[in-house]
Amino acid sequence: MATTTLEPRAAGYRRSWVLDWLTTVDHKKIGILYIVNSFLFFFAAGILALVIRAELAVPGMQFVDQDTYNQAFTMHGTIMIFLFVVPVLAGFGNYIVPLMIGAPDMAFPRINALSFWLLPLGGILIFSGYLFGGAAAEGWTAYTPLSGPDYGSTPGTDLWIIGLTLVGTASILGAVNFIATIFKMRAPGMTLFRMPIFVWTVLVTATLILLATPVLTAGLIALFIDRNYGGSFFDPTVGGNPILWQHIFWFFGHPEVYIVILPAMGVVSEVLPVFSRKPLFGYKAFVFATVGIGLLSFSVWAHHMFTTGAVFLPFFAFMTALIAIPTGIKMFNWLATMWRGKLMLTTPMLFSLGFLSMFLIGGISGVMLASPPIDFHVQDTYFVVAHLHYVFFGGSVFGVFAASYYWFPKMFGRKLNEPLGKVHFWLHFIGFNLAFFPMHQLGLSGMPRRIGDYSPDAGWTILNLISTAGAFLIAISILPFLINVIATFINGEPAGDDPWEGNTLEWATSSPPPPHNFDRLPPIHSERPLFFLTHGHGHAAERPEDLEEEPIGESKSGDAERRPEDLV
Amino acid sequence: MTAPTMQAHPAGEHDAAVAVHPGGSGMPTALVGMLLFIASEVMFFGGLFATYFNARASVAPGEWHPPPGGHLDLPLAAVLTAILVASSFTMQFGVWAIRRGDTGKLKLWTAITLALGVLFLAGQIYDYSQLGFGIRDGAFGTVFYTLTGFHGAHVFGGAVGLTIILARSMRGQFSQRNHVAVEAVSMYWHFVDVVWIGVFSTIYLLR
Repeated sequence: MATTTLEPRAAGYRRSWVLDWLTTVDHKKIGILYIVNSFLFFFAAGILALVIRAELAVPGMQFVDQDTYNQAFTMHGTIMIFLFVVPVLAGFGNYIVPLMIGAPDMAFPRINALSFWLLPLGGILIFSGYLFGGAAAEGWTAYTPLSGPDYGSTPGTDLWIIGLTLVGTASILGAVNFIATIFKMRAPGMTLFRMPIFVWTVLVTATLILLATPVLTAGLIALFIDRNYGGSFFDPTVGGNPILWQHIFWFFGHPEVYIVILPAMGVVSEVLPVFSRKPLFGYKAFVFATVGIGLLSFSVWAHHMFTTGAVFLPFFAFMTALIAIPTGIKMFNWLATMWRGKLMLTTPMLFSLGFLSMFLIGGISGVMLASPPIDFHVQDTYFVVAHLHYVFFGGSVFGVFAASYYWFPKMFGRKLNEPLGKVHFWLHFIGFNLAFFPMHQLGLSGMPRRIGDYSPDAGWTILNLISTAGAFLIAISILPFLINVIATFINGEPAGDDPWEGNTLEWATSSPPPPHNFDRLPPIHSERPLFFLTHGHGHAAERPEDLEEEPIGESKSGDAERRPEDLV
Repeated sequence: MTAPTMQAHPAGEHDAAVAVHPGGSGMPTALVGMLLFIASEVMFFGGLFATYFNARASVAPGEWHPPPGGHLDLPLAAVLTAILVASSFTMQFGVWAIRRGDTGKLKLWTAITLALGVLFLAGQIYDYSQLGFGIRDGAFGTVFYTLTGFHGAHVFGGAVGLTIILARSMRGQFSQRNHVAVEAVSMYWHFVDVVWIGVFSTIYLLR
């Protein structure tokens, strides 16, 4: 376990580049593997999204048949959520969390490698349904009885179940690793309340994964038994219950929503203070709001099931509305952080601002959906599709791009090109809103989700056409990003150790960091150890808006002499 | 708004949580990992129990029984329960032995625990062969075999762990100071035991 820091670096130990990446247990390389793998699945699922949008552009079935369309939206949702957004954020967590807490590696490096390698395996299994008579086609939620033995008898759904079980196991192992790392591997002085917010959000996320994902695994196994061994978990004719699947799926599925958004919130909470040149406003309030969202997430699952008639509406509506409180606290944290700050509109900052505005819209439509009368009206319409994309895409994916631009210099030692990054952002932002804002109106006027065709008389054609144009604009916006990455590898501006004048420890080591991460660590007296290293403790008091932070720095500095410093 | 909250805490309030050396104080990291893994396993069985109670609640009181022609063997299940509970004690005797540095007793108690675990599995397979109903026979058969079967799979996993512990103790790899793997496997074994008590109480006693 992570003893390399005390050993002299092995000299002359060489192996091939490929073997090195295939067998690595270095959290930084595994983090990059996670991110690259996730983006490959992002492109695959993005192509499926273009198939969906192309088909919906005008009435009639022009490009694919109904069954292929069903497979397309099922695979799009499954891959985007389980093999892009969750793992890409886990990848950033893998790379950044040990650096942020001053650790040499994750707690269990080999389990870390296992967690990663299960992902491509699971993803390929899920996709391999296309080779065996068609992929899963019941939607990413796989409601019974559609996913049961009576329908969809192709192996695609079985492969979907097996693949998701592997991906879920990878998540659980990763969660064990993150929690053990955060509790056991922090550097001297890095108390829980000095951890960077990103680390806090990863900690809460890992806890949600640890407790929610196994329930999905149990449900997937039950579904597999029903499909293959004649079980009757979800078959009402012999004592089963199809609604049970919805309970199990959403008991996992709603924490999953926060699994997907919390680390992105953490990214934004690192980026905003750095480019506002201020500490995060209300650190502890943010931490408690994060923990509060985590706790509430286990008591709201049935708001996905209002129209089943099988759930107690007032309770789940109330608990769901409660989530707006911690989320609202965070919104004020972010706004107050920027208030009277020296804002620098770099690309990661732009994506973070995009996150704030888009996630706000997604949050508001979420509170609307928490109200049963509205939910009954728009259940399974494009309003829900709009809501979930404003949260997943406008929230999480904007956070992913903010993280990509923010930490790329640390990972590869070169800064991504800023003008190209801004082109990416604006195309992305405009394309996103063109694609998804009209869906609100489509949903309110009754367009159901998961249909491949609609009547020309329904009045949905123009809005669908706009949405499709937006989807293709998003696809085009990815090109400057890819060009940027390639061009930066060839001839990028060297970044140096700390290109953004960051607050947290990952900027205290070289870019990219050595295998053991740190030769020496600065003293840690706050959640911004690097800021105090470069600016000194007095600096913060010179600006009135920093005053609320000052007592912490002052009070904590008193116990500095009894703490071993500059030591890993 | 947040400023008073922050100032309200006296200096150094959180310093009690400081780990002076990374991973060097408190519970060994491997045990933390095992406890977290067990927490996820609790949730997994929670999901399976949910399917059980859902099926149980879908029939009228008194209507919950094995499919026609089948039965549950309560005496055999009670004996198996006693075997598995006893194995938890023998496991713990092994842990206490190695904490004293007694490697001989560790080998002995681990071997006995492994034997009891294998006996449990053999008894469960025999039980399955005698019940007269299968996983296809309605909701009762499905939830019964899934719950007991996945528990059995976990006993098997624990037995694999015990085999590794036994092999490693035969090679003299454990000592009073260095035996974290023994502690980890014993935690897992106790967990599997507790799950069985839950399964047994639910299926055989609550009915």
